[in-house]
Amino acid sequence: MKKTLITFLATAAMSATALAADIKPAIIYDLGGKFDKSFNEAAFNGAEKFKAETGIEYRDFEIANDAQREQALRRFAGDGNNPIVMAGFAWSATLEKVAAEYPDTKFAIIDMVVDKPNVRSIVFKEEEGSWLAGIMAAMASKSKTVSFVGGMDIPLIHKFACGYIGGAKSTGSDVNVLEAYTGTTPDAWNDPVKGGEIAKSQFDQGSDVVYHAAGGTGVGILQAAADAGKLGIGVDSNQNMLHPGKVLTSMLKRVDVAVYDAFKSANDGSFTPGINVLGLKEEGVGVAIDDNNKSLITPEMQAAVDKAKADIIAGTVTVHDYMSDESCPY
Amino acid sequence: MDYLQLFLELAQSTVRLSTPLILAALAGLFTERAGVFDIGLEGKMLGGAFAAGCVAFVAQSAMAGLLAAVVVSVLLSLVHGYASITQRGNQIVSGVAINFIVAGSTVILGEAWFRQGGRTPALSEGARFQVIDLPFAEELRGIPLLGPIYADLISGHQALTYIAFLMVPASWWILYRTRFGLRLRAVGENPGAVDTAGISVIWMRYRAVICCGILCGIAGAYLSLAANAGWTKGMTAGKGYIALAALIFAKWRPVPVMFACLLFGFLDAFAIRYQSTPLPLIGKVPVQLMQALPYILTVILLAGFIGKAIPPKAGGVPYVKER
Repeated sequence: MKKTLITFLATAAMSATALAADIKPAIIYDLGGKFDKSFNEAAFNGAEKFKAETGIEYRDFEIANDAQREQALRRFAGDGNNPIVMAGFAWSATLEKVAAEYPDTKFAIIDMVVDKPNVRSIVFKEEEGSWLAGIMAAMASKSKTVSFVGGMDIPLIHKFACGYIGGAKSTGSDVNVLEAYTGTTPDAWNDPVKGGEIAKSQFDQGSDVVYHAAGGTGVGILQAAADAGKLGIGVDSNQNMLHPGKVLTSMLKRVDVAVYDAFKSANDGSFTPGINVLGLKEEGVGVAIDDNNKSLITPEMQAAVDKAKADIIAGTVTVHDYMSDESCPY
Repeated sequence: MDYLQLFLELAQSTVRLSTPLILAALAGLFTERAGVFDIGLEGKMLGGAFAAGCVAFVAQSAMAGLLAAVVVSVLLSLVHGYASITQRGNQIVSGVAINFIVAGSTVILGEAWFRQGGRTPALSEGARFQVIDLPFAEELRGIPLLGPIYADLISGHQALTYIAFLMVPASWWILYRTRFGLRLRAVGENPGAVDTAGISVIWMRYRAVICCGILCGIAGAYLSLAANAGWTKGMTAGKGYIALAALIFAKWRPVPVMFACLLFGFLDAFAIRYQSTPLPLIGKVPVQLMQALPYILTVILLAGFIGKAIPPKAGGVPYVKER
């Protein structure tokens, strides 16, 4: 009993000193889970980086179902955590409600815009990164047919598809791009069997490079590509190492940078609400080139990617954002 | 593109997509014919797929994985059996419980053992089932019509696919031509009569549940070792429920079960192939409609053409011996 009391007092004393100097950051992941090798894991890495640099502990939570969202967020806000970062577009409705109740807490949401005075909304220009992936796919393709497989059929995923199609077609108008979606329910993120089948169907139609934006379903897509001797393109995190030499590249979305920045700026007192758009210019998106895929990248491909990147940053090329008008001009 | 080629591609995809459905639906057939409703097909498949992924990775052997899948799935079946046969619990509740337990525990165990975020490590060639090319496939390809059908449609699938299709006549033979099958069906229709004949209803039902476990295990192994290279959380993605629908659709008979599963597989393959291609006369069909098609069709066909699907009479009712 005595020991417990001492421990308790010691913890209380420690957290009191911590409170005086430091912030109490928290992060809540989306349904995919912390170690999904993709989106949520990138968020976790950003938080870990902050912890390693500043020594400030953070709290985190993985929700198990949609019903837990509000409870988890309210709990974190009620406990005085500040800032609270939410990874995933699905948090918007919950945040809309809770942010108003805790006006002094700073919130950040990734992949969605929530218009509240204490919320920072971080969105990525996935279309710009996908554009580069499209260029690489079209140049790597021998059949001049490339394909895209999305997870759930929602505008956010069409945004990836649209940039990819635009990028592929920018290399020459004779490139054919096939496009398919796994489903219309959240199951579509976790159906590698169907993903593999879609990829096989696209290979039957002549495609030899397939880009996925399909979460766990993508594992099956990259596997089908590797099995069939075709090329896959990963998404969100660097997935080149899943099948070395069989993954052309990965479209990176620097969720880690977004989380790190949110924590860091709150720590410096420079946290700003409002919309943060991270594109190629801000290094929020990009394509991964490492030892696993170096042999697949020709010098011409590298040059074309560098040029497109420079053009987009300079503004001479603008990539259409599907979500602005729900249509794709390419 | 030439129509034969197109047909073959669609048919091949149909066969691949139907395989787990056929295995799972036949599994359901065995228990439901014996009077034990089983909504836990999904969970057993997922548990089997998980066990297969883990063991195949550790042992580097597809056969070991298959065996593990069957063992785990049979154990889950026995849990269902214990709850609903011995303890006379509600069969639906027990089945749903199995689905939930498996969905949660596989993720926890997978994360604890492999730390890859709800996934087992990717399997190498040797630890997966490989595509089998039947003899003379290439030589016979030159024969018009039949050659390509043999080479592309019949040959070139995994061993488990052939097993699934062989299980259809085998199930028919077991259910309708053996003493075991007669008793199994009788237990589902009128357990009292079976009991009067001096046969243990409890033991009959347990055997049916074990048959179900074996088939679900094979279905799970197909998902993680043949269709994929490893287990991913929730990878069954509702296939167990579709199998259940196919079972009802086929009025609990083995050969119609196969056709129902092939139909669902075909609709899936068709939706995949044509979701962004405009069709003649109709134009571009929305993905949502394509994906809802199997369900719409089930409702229409069940309501309008197939007629009433009557489940085994004693289905869902635990057997209480009169004292």
